[in-house]
Amino acid sequence: MEITPAYYLTLAALLFTIGAVGLLVRRNTLVMFMCVELMLNAVNLTFVSFARALDDIGGQVIVFFTLVVAAAEVAVGLAIIVAIFRRRQGVTADDVNLLKG
Amino acid sequence: MESRDLLDLIWLVPALPALGAVVLLVFGKRIGEPAAGWVATALMGSSFVMSFLSFLSLSNLPAEERGHVRDLFTWFESGGFSVKFGFLVDPLSMTMILFVTGVGTLIHLYSMGYMHGDPRFSRFFAYMNLFAASMLMLVLGSSFVVTFLGWEGVALCSYLLVSFWFERNSAAVAGKKAFVTNRVGDFGFLLAMFLMFQRLGTLDYSGIEHGVGEIAGGTATAIALLLFVGAVGKSAQMPLHIWLPDAMEGPTPVSALIHAATMVTAGVFLVCRAHPFFEASSSAGSVVAWVGAGTALFAATVALVQNDIKRVLAYSTVSQLGYMFLAVGVGAYQAAIFHMVTHAFFKALLFLGSGSVIHGLGDEQDMRRMGGLKKYMPITAATFVVGWLAIAGIVPFAGFWSKDEILAKAWFEGQYGLWVVGAVGALLTAFYMTRQVWLVFYSPARFDESAHGHEPHESPWTMTTPLVALAVLSAVAGLLNLPFTDPPLEFLTEWLHPVFHGVDEIHADSFSLGLALSTVALVIGVCGILLGRAVYRNGLTPYGDRPGRRPPRPVRRCPGERLLPRRRPRPFRERTGYVGCDLPRRGSRPADDRRCRQRSGATRQGGGGGIRRLQSGLMRSYAAWIAVGTVALLAYFVVRVGL
Repeated sequence: MEITPAYYLTLAALLFTIGAVGLLVRRNTLVMFMCVELMLNAVNLTFVSFARALDDIGGQVIVFFTLVVAAAEVAVGLAIIVAIFRRRQGVTADDVNLLKG
Repeated sequence: MESRDLLDLIWLVPALPALGAVVLLVFGKRIGEPAAGWVATALMGSSFVMSFLSFLSLSNLPAEERGHVRDLFTWFESGGFSVKFGFLVDPLSMTMILFVTGVGTLIHLYSMGYMHGDPRFSRFFAYMNLFAASMLMLVLGSSFVVTFLGWEGVALCSYLLVSFWFERNSAAVAGKKAFVTNRVGDFGFLLAMFLMFQRLGTLDYSGIEHGVGEIAGGTATAIALLLFVGAVGKSAQMPLHIWLPDAMEGPTPVSALIHAATMVTAGVFLVCRAHPFFEASSSAGSVVAWVGAGTALFAATVALVQNDIKRVLAYSTVSQLGYMFLAVGVGAYQAAIFHMVTHAFFKALLFLGSGSVIHGLGDEQDMRRMGGLKKYMPITAATFVVGWLAIAGIVPFAGFWSKDEILAKAWFEGQYGLWVVGAVGALLTAFYMTRQVWLVFYSPARFDESAHGHEPHESPWTMTTPLVALAVLSAVAGLLNLPFTDPPLEFLTEWLHPVFHGVDEIHADSFSLGLALSTVALVIGVCGILLGRAVYRNGLTPYGDRPGRRPPRPVRRCPGERLLPRRRPRPFRERTGYVGCDLPRRGSRPADDRRCRQRSGATRQGGGGGIRRLQSGLMRSYAAWIAVGTVALLAYFVVRVGL
């Protein structure tokens, strides 16, 4: 059986969907955070498979950018979560709703 | 060739103050007072020297070659659209940078005296330098995008400086209000840029000038009016003038630099820069002219009844900016720039003078508790008098020449209605300024010495030197553009001619008519002064100026702030404090308050009620909306484009 790019793309789409659904249904901020990471990496997988399929280095380069941005995002996001935890002894997303119209 | 080499260094003009801002933000605390002030002032001064040198080399070029573009790098590129980060040096931008850096340097020097002892002394100068850099970028930009960068920069600095003393709630609120109101104008500016890009494919000033002939008149009108919305916000014209009087919460040098001399004139500059659109449109010009004339008259009526020394000047600024828009509206761009320059001198002078008074009286701003200060602050009084004569339009001070030119141009264009409105405004201007001068300097003293423990004192030399320099400039700046000589010595008009070469010049119908109009303008100014002196010679009148008394019926009935719609979108009313009820002693009446509240409640429930439910504060519901939006977009592409 030959593994075509379609397999990778399908896998990436599945991972992305799992991440997206997880983000919407889970209430623990840490888990939501991991779901975001899952989505990011699903997209990375797409980039790499297209880079391979189209023989274009551009896709692989983009992945590095994504990784850097994701690292920055983790740093900020975890800091926020820690700050929230110190204040309210819990990190449930739905409890943090002060900023509303 | 040598002169062009120097023009290539034009980027130094904004870069020097920017450097100052960076240095002071990083090392400000360590540099300390007064060295931080000296650093800022020195960099501002060298920026002025640089501007002056490039002025010399630009004037060495033949008139038709005075337009030099210096591209530093490609800022961004997307498809066929590329924006270069570049500067355009032409007579218009040159005029602007000369007076921005010149007046800016004087005000920086003044600030060292005024801000003495402030705990955030170096921070203040960092913001001032940042402001100067943004303002210079705004006027020097070679495309609308670079200008917009500066435009946003000055808005930011205005916010930071208005709420510089943020411990005071009113200052924090005023800064926020200035920022939010300016956003409304920026929205128009952005839309104009989008439309320009869609129709012309470029945002460079040179490209615009060539391409404007190809677009339809309606499109030109749309672009012109959208740009004008931006200008209205920045230059505090009706109905977006509401932020400027409150912006007086900032330190006085800020009011002088940002809210009198430079930033608020950016709107007028923008219209001048975009004049091809206004020329290509048949109706945009008259809209601009009438908004300007209306604002000039309206703001002057409000200034009549203000008791805060700075608020009088704030409304006066709004009014004078109205005159500039009147001028650009009738196509007299040179006259507008002329008035902009002279106004920068005399209004900066008046603001700095009022700052000196406030400083000398120990932070007293109410004119009802001043009077007789001539004896205590001779230099401030003398220079203030020069500024007063200049703004009242008395020969030979600067304001006479520029205001007279605007009114005369309106007359020669056949816009007699505009002339009448402008002339009435000029009468009111002379009156309220005379009121201020007499209440502050001449009438019997009414201040309470025990309140601040010492006699009023003259300010230190760092503050009086700029006053004297600006007084000299206010007295002689009329020389820039002298009519009635043979041949007319209109240096500024000639200098700006290459920029506005496509514009039909407005010529005087006849020499004697021009002279007659000037005489009328002068008589109006003198009448206003005599009237003001007669009313306020002995200090407060029994009518409206005494604390706790309401103004007489005619004053209360005058348009004033009452013309303003009370129903204002929520962000302008509730979030930003007292907007609707600005006229003294009016807003506190229970009936007005109740009406305000009822109407605001109805507006809010009607307009905001539906939308606010979307903002639930739940992170997951936002995520869901993003997901829904993404899916909808994807579906659109799949169905319509056939992905």
